[in-house]
Amino acid sequence: MSILLDAQTPVIVQGITGREGSFHSQQMQSMGTRLVAGVSPGKGGTRHLDVPVFDTVEDAVCETGATASGVFVPPAFAADAIMEAAAFGITLIACITEGIPVQDMIRVKDFLRGHPQTRLVGPNCPGLLTPGQAKIGIIPQRFSAPGPVGIVSRSGTLTYETMAALTAAGMGQSTVVGIGGDPVLGLSFSDVIELFEGDPATTHLAVIGEIGGSDEERAAELLGRGTQLRTVAFISGRTAPEGKRMGHAGAIVSGNRGTARSKEAAFRAAGVAVAETTGDIVDFLTKS
Amino acid sequence: MKLLEYQAKEVLASLGIAIPPGRVARTPAEAAQACEELGAVAVKAQVPVGGRGKAGGIRLVRTPAEARAAAEQIIGMDIKGFRVPLVYCEGALDIASEIYLGFTVDRDARANILMLSGKGGMDIEQVADESPEAIARLYPNPWRGPLDFELNRLVFEAGLGQHVRALVPLVKRLYRAIPELDAVTAEINPLVFTGDGRLVAGDAKLETDESASFRQRQLEERYAGIVEGDRYEVEAQRRGLTYVSLGGDIGIIGNGAGLCMGTLDMVERAGGRAANFCDIGGGARAEVVENALSVILMNPNVRGVLINVFGGITRGDEVARGLVQARDSLGMTLPLVVRLSGTNEEEGRAILVENGIEPGASGWEAAQKIVALTR
Repeated sequence: MSILLDAQTPVIVQGITGREGSFHSQQMQSMGTRLVAGVSPGKGGTRHLDVPVFDTVEDAVCETGATASGVFVPPAFAADAIMEAAAFGITLIACITEGIPVQDMIRVKDFLRGHPQTRLVGPNCPGLLTPGQAKIGIIPQRFSAPGPVGIVSRSGTLTYETMAALTAAGMGQSTVVGIGGDPVLGLSFSDVIELFEGDPATTHLAVIGEIGGSDEERAAELLGRGTQLRTVAFISGRTAPEGKRMGHAGAIVSGNRGTARSKEAAFRAAGVAVAETTGDIVDFLTKS
Repeated sequence: MKLLEYQAKEVLASLGIAIPPGRVARTPAEAAQACEELGAVAVKAQVPVGGRGKAGGIRLVRTPAEARAAAEQIIGMDIKGFRVPLVYCEGALDIASEIYLGFTVDRDARANILMLSGKGGMDIEQVADESPEAIARLYPNPWRGPLDFELNRLVFEAGLGQHVRALVPLVKRLYRAIPELDAVTAEINPLVFTGDGRLVAGDAKLETDESASFRQRQLEERYAGIVEGDRYEVEAQRRGLTYVSLGGDIGIIGNGAGLCMGTLDMVERAGGRAANFCDIGGGARAEVVENALSVILMNPNVRGVLINVFGGITRGDEVARGLVQARDSLGMTLPLVVRLSGTNEEEGRAILVENGIEPGASGWEAAQKIVALTR
């Protein structure tokens, strides 16, 4: 079992003929993802990576029955690509693009309120991966193995590192979800944790957060109300100075808001273990 | 981009919001001239940080000679790491009452929030903590903006119903900064009712979205480069690197923002202090590593460098060869500890050891090593 994505999910890639889109679509295919089509306006009717390319999401959905999409479209056009996917019935969208204007994402979030069946992962995220089955995005599958740990994270490489260390320690993952490093995101930590709670195959959970915003605090509140999942949380950016953006657009402490201290305290208050280093995440999960 | 006070006020004026009379002065002579024209003025340091009053960056003056002397002192002064490039000389307002008006991105709600409060001139976060009911809030529809009846309600909810005719159009003008300028935060605090019944922006803060700079050239072209930033940050930005100066003595390179922040945290936990944050992104290609290293080594305080790289698609042996090449071509002699994980990590580590670079098995071990080597 898994959440959101499995080997049967029919997936399209928007921006499949671009450099990044093309490379990562191949990687997705090589792990067995059911990639059924690509979308690239103006290139409809051609084939790329052995799948048909369509001008619009509408055509791709009508012809292939796709239900999920990976968005690898440049920042100026990515918000529109997400809305196009939602408008034509795609229910799972993972947007990898970094650098989408905040106001575009606020409009996207408003648009998605009219499409409650659609879930957006990202943007500015590595996407999601269900080990041994499928992925949408750029998470390197070679470090994953099927197993009981759900991972939800705002970071890319920190997630890969944790996943790799868990796999090396003999502990696989149910699904790995990178929710992204932007200030305005699709799925929140809490949204993904609720999905993991409904998945019988997930018994353990790693929550990898960072400074900025208060999604981690909301997740701690949710977990504090009771969970079956053996959970550990990790927050990066304890030493980040106030007012400086640390790589991710959303990783910023404003005044006394969004600090690592506040997030760690929220998890502790909810009875959730807090890892000091990424190595501790793995130690906790393998011993509990 | 965080605008300076005078820049934010110029933008407000361009949106049709009244601002106090003021002049930008780049020299003491210009400050004297401004006082000549405006009478008594406040001479205010223009820096992108708060607390400039306490730092001695604001002086009230009555005569051109006093204005000249104040500007002489303030221009070039250092306030929280920023050299004051110029002062803004602003005439006093006849204040009858003060309120608060602003907007920002509410990250939890994933929406813009407009806020109006009768409690002007106070820190809005403090007001929100102490008396949240004193702030009226509106989440405008991001496609069409706020409607008149929604703004009426906002004004009445804030207890400012007697001013509804003046406030509604003013809020609408401020809101234009969102669709027209990609502003993400604006604050007019205080928004002043003057003795003669006018509404004037007493102070102004404005921040625009850097991700939207591809479609917002005009503000950047007009205002970028006025404030001298940290020289390493400026150089790193010129080279396309994601870099933040931090003030310690251990240079840090990581790939990925979370991994890099986690590395800083481990260095501090091991008893060291990071000189910088530098995220070289997913790929960790040799030329990017070399570029990052060369900026870090420009800083004379740096006594050693810790590199923490996870190789996903890029193989560890490639990363290691790139690192050796970068170190050699820069003639780097300072201690260097590298933690490689991911694809071909064993091969990568072997290459590091052959070339005299200290490998770390884990991030935590690597952090302890670099701290020990730079003590």
